[in-house]
Amino acid sequence: MSSCSMPPDKAGSTMTDHTDTAAANQPLNGHTGAPLWLLAELTYRCPLQCAYCSNPLDFANAKEELTTDEWVDVLTQARAMGSVQMGFSGGEPLVRQDLEILVAEARRLGFYTNLITSALGLDEARILALREAGLDHIQISLQASDPDVAAAVAGSRKAHEKKLTMARAVKAAGYPMVLNVVLHRHNIDQLDDIIALCDDLGADAVELANCQLYGWAHLNRAGLLPSRAQLEAAEATTQRWREKLAHQGRDMRLLFVVPDYYAERPKACMGGWGSIFMTVAPDGAVLPCHSARMLPMRFPTVRERPLKEIWYDSEPFNRYRGDGWMKEPCRSCDERHRDVGGCRCQAYLLTGDPAATDPVCDLSPDHHLVEAARREAADDSRTLEELTLRNVHESRIFCRA
Amino acid sequence: MTTTDTGMKGSTVYRLRPGWRLQWEEAQGRHVLLYPEGMVQLNDSAGAILATLDGQRDVDAVVATLQATFPDAPATEVEQDVHEFLLDAARQGWIHHD
Repeated sequence: MSSCSMPPDKAGSTMTDHTDTAAANQPLNGHTGAPLWLLAELTYRCPLQCAYCSNPLDFANAKEELTTDEWVDVLTQARAMGSVQMGFSGGEPLVRQDLEILVAEARRLGFYTNLITSALGLDEARILALREAGLDHIQISLQASDPDVAAAVAGSRKAHEKKLTMARAVKAAGYPMVLNVVLHRHNIDQLDDIIALCDDLGADAVELANCQLYGWAHLNRAGLLPSRAQLEAAEATTQRWREKLAHQGRDMRLLFVVPDYYAERPKACMGGWGSIFMTVAPDGAVLPCHSARMLPMRFPTVRERPLKEIWYDSEPFNRYRGDGWMKEPCRSCDERHRDVGGCRCQAYLLTGDPAATDPVCDLSPDHHLVEAARREAADDSRTLEELTLRNVHESRIFCRA
Repeated sequence: MTTTDTGMKGSTVYRLRPGWRLQWEEAQGRHVLLYPEGMVQLNDSAGAILATLDGQRDVDAVVATLQATFPDAPATEVEQDVHEFLLDAARQGWIHHD
C-alpha cells in the first residue's frame, strides 16, 4: 500500500507525510504512469490580490476561458486516462457560475472533488448547491489570524470576516475541512494565534504552507521570505500545538511546509515532471504544474490536441521525464530518483536554465544564489503594503514587457 | 462478543471517516481510499476488508464475511489479519467507530 498525497507542490498543498507516490508511479520500462491528479484552474479572475499568488505574472494576457462544454470534455478525457483526485482552483473558482455543473459532472465521472477557494463568492445557498452536486471537500485559505494583516495580504478589508463565517458554514454543512494558511515573514510570528483560530473554526487539517517563491511570490521574494529564526520559532510552535492537540484527543492535523530556500535538499517537485500531476489552465493550456507556464517552452492546449496525446506524447511533457535530461551534479547523484533534481521552475527562476540542478540543493554549483536571496531578504524592510499586489493592472505591465 | 489477543472487540462497528471514499479504480487495478487532497492505494486484502465496512457489520461480521469470501484461507489467519488491519487503519485515522 502506498499513501499518495497531493505531491509536494508549489502551493505547498500536501496533506500527508507520505510522498512516495513518485516511486510508486515511476515510469516502468519506459512507460509513463497515469495523471492521477488533475488540477482544473477554471479562471485567473480573483477578488483578492495576494502578493504571493502562484498565478503567472502575465495572467491578464490569457486567452478566453474554456467553456462549460470544453471543461466537461477535459474532465471526461482525464477520467478515462485514470485521473481520480481533482481540484477546482484558479484564480477564484467560485467566480465561474457553472462551477456546480462541473462539480456534478466530475463527481458523476468518479472524481474525488476538492474545491480550493478563498471563500469569496460562497454563501450558504451555494454551499448546499455544491453539496447536492456531490462536492467532496472544500479547502479555504486564510491569510492571517489578525484582520489587519489579513486585509493587507489580500488587498481586501472585507475578506477576512467573510472567510471565518464561511468556514463555520462549511463545517456545519458536514464537509471535511482543510484550512490553508500561506506563511511569510509578515504573518509567521502570529502562528500560535493562527492555529488557535483554525482549531476554533473546527478544521480537520491545517496546511501551514510557507510561501513558495514562484509567480507573484517570486516578484515579491525579498519582502516575503522569513528569517531562519522566524522559521525555527514557527516549527517549534507547530510542534507544541501537535502535542497539545494530541493530549486533548483533538484530531486536527497540522502540516508544516518548509520554504525551499531553507532546505538542504530540493523537494521532489510534483512527484516528478509529468509523473502524476496535470494542470489545465483557464485557457486550456496543459501544464505539469501550475507554475510551469513561465518556463521558456510552449505547452499544448486542449483546444489543439487530445489530453492523452499531450500527456504521453508531447515534447514538453517528455522533456524532463526520467533522468536522461539531468546535468551534473544530479546525473551521477545517488539521490536523483528521490528528489528528481528538484523543481524546474526554481532552477529556471534562479539560474536561467530549466535543466539545471535546483539551486536549493547544497550540492548545486548555484546554491550561492539561494544564500544570496536569504541575505537580500534580511535587508528588505518593506511593509506588506509596499509589496506588489497581484491584480490585472499590475499584470498588464508584465504583459507588455 | 469475542475478544482476541489484539484486544479488539468483535461488536465494534467501524466506518470510513466522514467525507472519505473507498473506490475501485479500474485504471489502477485496485481499491483506493480517497480523502481531501489525498489517496491511499490499497493492496488486495486492505481493499477487501474496507469494502465490507458498510456501517452495519461489526468486526465479527466483517471477519465472517471475509472467511466466507476466502474459504481457502485459514479462518484464524483471516481473523488475525482483519483485526490487525482495522487497528492500524483506525490508528492512521482512515476509519472511526462510535
